[in-house]
Amino acid sequence: MSTLHTVNKSPFQDNSLASCLQLCSVGDSVLLIEDGAYGASQSSPCAKELISLLNEGTRIYVLENDVRARGLQLLLDGIELTDYQGFVQLSSTHRCIQSWY
Amino acid sequence: MPMKYTVVVMGAPEGSQSSRTALAFCHALVDQNHTLERIFFYADGVHNASMLVTPPQDEQNLPADWSNFIQQYDVDAVVCIAAALRRGIMDTDEQSRYQKSAANLSAAFSLSGLGQLIAATASSDRTITFGA
Repeated sequence: MSTLHTVNKSPFQDNSLASCLQLCSVGDSVLLIEDGAYGASQSSPCAKELISLLNEGTRIYVLENDVRARGLQLLLDGIELTDYQGFVQLSSTHRCIQSWY
Repeated sequence: MPMKYTVVVMGAPEGSQSSRTALAFCHALVDQNHTLERIFFYADGVHNASMLVTPPQDEQNLPADWSNFIQQYDVDAVVCIAAALRRGIMDTDEQSRYQKSAANLSAAFSLSGLGQLIAATASSDRTITFGA
């Protein structure tokens, strides 16, 4: 059963992204929203874990609005930008949605 | 394929971005012809149902935007009654029950219990929580 994980806290101030990545299963996807967008940056404290999940084929997304609002420029390779329409599509193509907050 | 959604809003209009994200998500949901079974306002999210929230005129008024959205699309918007009363959000029934001097629940919302969240979740294809 595939799950969409949403994370809305910065990994610089909160453990929710680290916890999420530990529990993320094959076929799941992760969407970084709000301050969670900081997790997509190249200096993310979870960069190593994110890169290894990306290499295993896990899709990692970040809301483009939230990236731009925070002036983030250097994102990890392989992380995909999406918008609210894409967010809705992700929520419908996964069986359930786990929000980390 | 259109689906039924339950959306849970836990963030106040001020202090976190989550109420704003939830509203943008709801707009995208109806754009894609999905159905909103119910929007459930819980914890600090109950502040979105106050008709007294008055930000400066050049700023977004999220409670007003929620009210407009709910009325435009005729969505069932339920506010957790226990979370609301402890935060000073009430309708006229609760005002008279507790003998308060005012009520402030916007007309678009209704007060009810957590059972309404469970029932909506049971009859929805998807439930999504916007935590603060």
